[in-house]
Amino acid sequence: MVQGGALREGDTILELKDVHMYFGKVAALSGVSLDVKKGEIHSIIGPNGAGKTVMMNCINGLYRPQKGDVVYKGRRINDLKPYQRAELGLSRTFQKVELFGGMSVLDNIRLGRHIHLHSGIGCGSIYIGKTKKEELECRKFLEEEIIDLLEIEDIRDKTVHMLPYGLQKRVELGRALALQPELLLLDEPLAGLNLEEVEDMARFILDINEEKRWRVTCILVEHDMGVVMDISNRVFVLNFGNPIMDGPPSEVQKNPEVVKAYLGEEDSYSTRR
Amino acid sequence: MQQTGIEITKDLTIPKLFVAQCKKYGKNKVAMREKEFGIWIPFTWQDYYDNVKYLCLGMVSLGLKKGDKVAMIGDNRPEGLWAEMAAMCAGGIGVWLFQDCMMDEVKYIIDHSDTTFFVGETQEEADKALAIKDACPRLKWILWDDPKGMRNYKEDFLISIKELQEKGKELDKKDPGLFEKMVSDGHGDETCLLFYTSGTTSLPKGALLSHWNMLTMGHNLMSVDPCYDTDDFVSYLPFAWIGEQMMSISCGLQIGYTLNFPEEPGTARENIREIGPHVMFAPPRLYEGMTRQVQVKYIDSTWIKKKVYEFATWVGYRVANLKFEGKSVPAGMTILNWIAYLLMQKKLKDHLGMSHLRHCYTGGAAMGPDHFRFFHALGVNLKQIYGQTEIAGISIVHRDGGVKFDTVGTPIPETEVKITDAGEIITKSPSVFLGYYKNDEATVKTLVDNWLYSGDRGFIDEDGHLVVFDRSKDVMTLRDGRPFSPQYLETRLKFSPYIQEAWVIGDKRDYITAVMCIDYAVVGKWADEKKLNYTSYQELSQKVEVYDLVQKQIEEANRDLPEVAKIHKFVNLYKAFDADDEELTRTSKLRRAFVENRYKDILAALYLDADMVHMDTTITYEDGREQRIKTDLAIRKVKV
Repeated sequence: MVQGGALREGDTILELKDVHMYFGKVAALSGVSLDVKKGEIHSIIGPNGAGKTVMMNCINGLYRPQKGDVVYKGRRINDLKPYQRAELGLSRTFQKVELFGGMSVLDNIRLGRHIHLHSGIGCGSIYIGKTKKEELECRKFLEEEIIDLLEIEDIRDKTVHMLPYGLQKRVELGRALALQPELLLLDEPLAGLNLEEVEDMARFILDINEEKRWRVTCILVEHDMGVVMDISNRVFVLNFGNPIMDGPPSEVQKNPEVVKAYLGEEDSYSTRR
Repeated sequence: MQQTGIEITKDLTIPKLFVAQCKKYGKNKVAMREKEFGIWIPFTWQDYYDNVKYLCLGMVSLGLKKGDKVAMIGDNRPEGLWAEMAAMCAGGIGVWLFQDCMMDEVKYIIDHSDTTFFVGETQEEADKALAIKDACPRLKWILWDDPKGMRNYKEDFLISIKELQEKGKELDKKDPGLFEKMVSDGHGDETCLLFYTSGTTSLPKGALLSHWNMLTMGHNLMSVDPCYDTDDFVSYLPFAWIGEQMMSISCGLQIGYTLNFPEEPGTARENIREIGPHVMFAPPRLYEGMTRQVQVKYIDSTWIKKKVYEFATWVGYRVANLKFEGKSVPAGMTILNWIAYLLMQKKLKDHLGMSHLRHCYTGGAAMGPDHFRFFHALGVNLKQIYGQTEIAGISIVHRDGGVKFDTVGTPIPETEVKITDAGEIITKSPSVFLGYYKNDEATVKTLVDNWLYSGDRGFIDEDGHLVVFDRSKDVMTLRDGRPFSPQYLETRLKFSPYIQEAWVIGDKRDYITAVMCIDYAVVGKWADEKKLNYTSYQELSQKVEVYDLVQKQIEEANRDLPEVAKIHKFVNLYKAFDADDEELTRTSKLRRAFVENRYKDILAALYLDADMVHMDTTITYEDGREQRIKTDLAIRKVKV
C-alpha cells in the first residue's frame, strides 16, 4: 500500500545536517543534526522553547534554515515548498488543531488525499470517468484504512467544530494519514488529551508504525515522557536550540545532562503510567 | 404454525432448523447484513451456512465434543452468531458474556461454566481471555476475528476464525458428511445455551435452555404477532441478554427475517434509522433514552417547531387515551391526528427508526406509564412483554388493540400463569428451562412441579391481564402498612429528561426518600444555558440550582400520590449508578441490597435530622483503575 521506494528498514530516510535557524539574533536551532531511520519512531524532546516545533517546520518546509541541509531519501529538499515535500510522502499534524471547523470529518480527511487525485476540471464537474473512479477508490481507502483504524465511524458525518478536542486530534491524524505518508511528523499529538484518549492515540501511533499495510516512519514531538519512553526507538534531546543527545530511550533516561535539562526527578515524568 | 410452515417437534433442534432454512433460501435471500466501512455488506443463507459449517468443523478438529461449552464475547456481529451456531451444530453449548464484563465476572463465568473455547472479537477480548486462562484450567482455545492489534500475539492456543475455518475445510475433505451427521444427531431436549442471569442479589446463575425451550418460545410468540421473512430486524443489544437471543435465534431462524448488525455500538441508532426495522425489542432504558432525546430536542428547537410539536402531541395523547380506554376515535379527532402525523409524527418516527415498525416490545424491567403514553401518542404500537431467562425469554405479551399501560398483557399460547397465595407469579410452558448449572439448590427453589417461580409479585386484573407489582423482595411496606412498589415511583421519576436513575427508599420507615442520579448530558446542557460553571458530574450534581431542578421533578412525580407514598427528602448522588461498580446489573436493574450497603451513610442521614452527608468512597473505571472520592452531599427536604 505505502510505497517503500528504494529504501529498506533501517536505511536513513531523513537527515538534518548541521541545521541553523535564526529569528533575528535569536538562535532557534544551532547546529542540529538528526538521522532518522526508516521504520522507526524517533522522538524529539526538550523543554518549552527548545526549538522542537522549529525543527518540525524546517523538515516540512514551513521554515527554511539559514544554514545546513535537510535531506530526504538522499535528496536535498531545502528549496522545496511544503506541498512539494508532501508529494514526496512527508506529512504532519500540528500542535494546535488546524482543521476546517465548519466541514465534516470525512471532508477534512478527504482533503489530505488531494495529491492523489489527478482528474481534470472537465470530468470533475460532472463526476464521470476518471473522477468517479478516483473518488470511489479514495472513499474506499479512507473507509477501510483510516476510519476503521482510528475508530471514528460514529463521527464521520459530524461537523468538526462540534467534536471534543480529543476527537479533533484524531481527525487531524486521519488527514495526515490520508496522504499515505512515508514519514509522518507528529507535533504533540497527546497534548490536552485525557488518559483514555492518550492510550488510544499511543495505540494508533504504534499501529501505523508497526502494521504491515502502513509501516510509517514517525518523528514525534511530545511532552508525555511515559509514552515517549514506551513507544520510541530513539529519542533526540534538544535544549534551547542545542542538541544534547540522541539515543535509545534507556540511554536517554540515564544521561545526567538530560535529566538535569529536562526530565527532572523521575516521579515527575512517570505520573501518567 | 401457518406463517413458517415449521412444526416444532421434540426431535427438532436449532441446527436442524438452521440447515433446513439455509437449504430453503440458499443464495437467493439475505440472511444478515453488517455495516462495515460505511457500507451494508450482505450475507446470504448460503454464506451463513458455509461460515457456520467450516467454523464448526474447525472447532471439532481442535477437539470440541458434544456438551462442551463455547463462550462468546464481543459486539453484535455475524461472526459472533456464526460461532454460537457452530457450537450448537457440534452439539456444544453456547455461553454469551456481556461485552463490558469486568475481568472477575468473565473469570467467574468461564470457570463456572467449564468453557473450553473462548470466542472473542478483537485484541481487547483476547487480552481478557489471556489474563484468566491460567485461572480457568478447562479453557483450551481462544478465538478472535478482528486482526487489529493482534500482530504481536504468538501464543499457539490463539487462533483466528479465518484460520480455523481453513482447518474446518481440511476436515471436511477428510471426512465429508461429518457436519450433517453431527447436526442430525441432535435432539430437542438437549441443552443448547447456558445463560448467566444478571443476579440482582447474588452471583450470576447459569440457566440451562434446550432447543425445545427456545423454539417453542419463538413459535408461540409469533403465533400472537406474526412476522414475515421479508422483515428486517436490527441486532444491536447484547447477545448475552435473552431478549436478543429470542429475536435473533428463536424467532429469526424460524421465520427467516434479515438480521442487521450495526457498524459500531456508537452508530447503532443511525443504523437503525437506515434499516427501518419491522420488529424491535429493547429494554425500557432504550425507550427512555429516545424519550429523553426527543424532549431535549424539543427544548432546543425554535418556537414554531415547539408549537407544532405541542399541537401534535396534544392530538396524539388524546387519541392514545381514547384507544387505551377502548373507545372509538371521533372523525374530527381522526382528521386532526392525520394532520399531526403529517406535520410531526412521520418525521419523528423516521428519526427514531420507527417508520416501519409493526411490533415494538419493551421488557426486561419496568417501564413507566408516561413513557408508554408517549410512544402511543406518537403512533408507535409499543407493547409490554414479560418473561425471564428461565422461560427462554417471554411468556406474557400485550395483544394489538389490547394495550393497557399498567399491565404486561396476557399469556402466549401453551403458557399458564397463576398467582400463588403469597402473591408470587408462577408460569408453566414448554419453554420453562431445564435448571441451573451446578446449582441444584436454586433449581429446587425455582422449579416446583414444572412451575417456574418468578420471585415477582403481581396479580391478574379483571381483563385477565397480568400486573407485575415488583420483585417480591423489593416490595416495601408503607407507614400505614400498605404494600408499595419503589419501582413504580422510580419509573415515574425517570420520565423527566433530567433524571437518569433514581433509587426510592422507605421500607417500614416513617417516610419515603430518594437518591437521585442526574443525567449528565441533559443537566449539563441546561446548566450551560443558565451560565452555571461546573467541571464534573460531582460538582454539577451538588449545585443549588440543580437541586431546585431535581426537586421540581420530584414534586411533579409526587403529585396524585397519597401522602404516605410521597418522597419527603432526597439527595443528589455524586455519580450515576453503574454496572461496573456493581450498582446495576448488566441489564441496568438496580441492585438494591448492594446499594443499600454501599451507601448506608446516605441512607442513615436521610432518616436523621441532617442536611449534609459526608462521603468517602472508591469508584472503579472500566479498565479496573480505582479512584477515591471524598465529598459532601446536601440533603434536601421536599414540600409535601
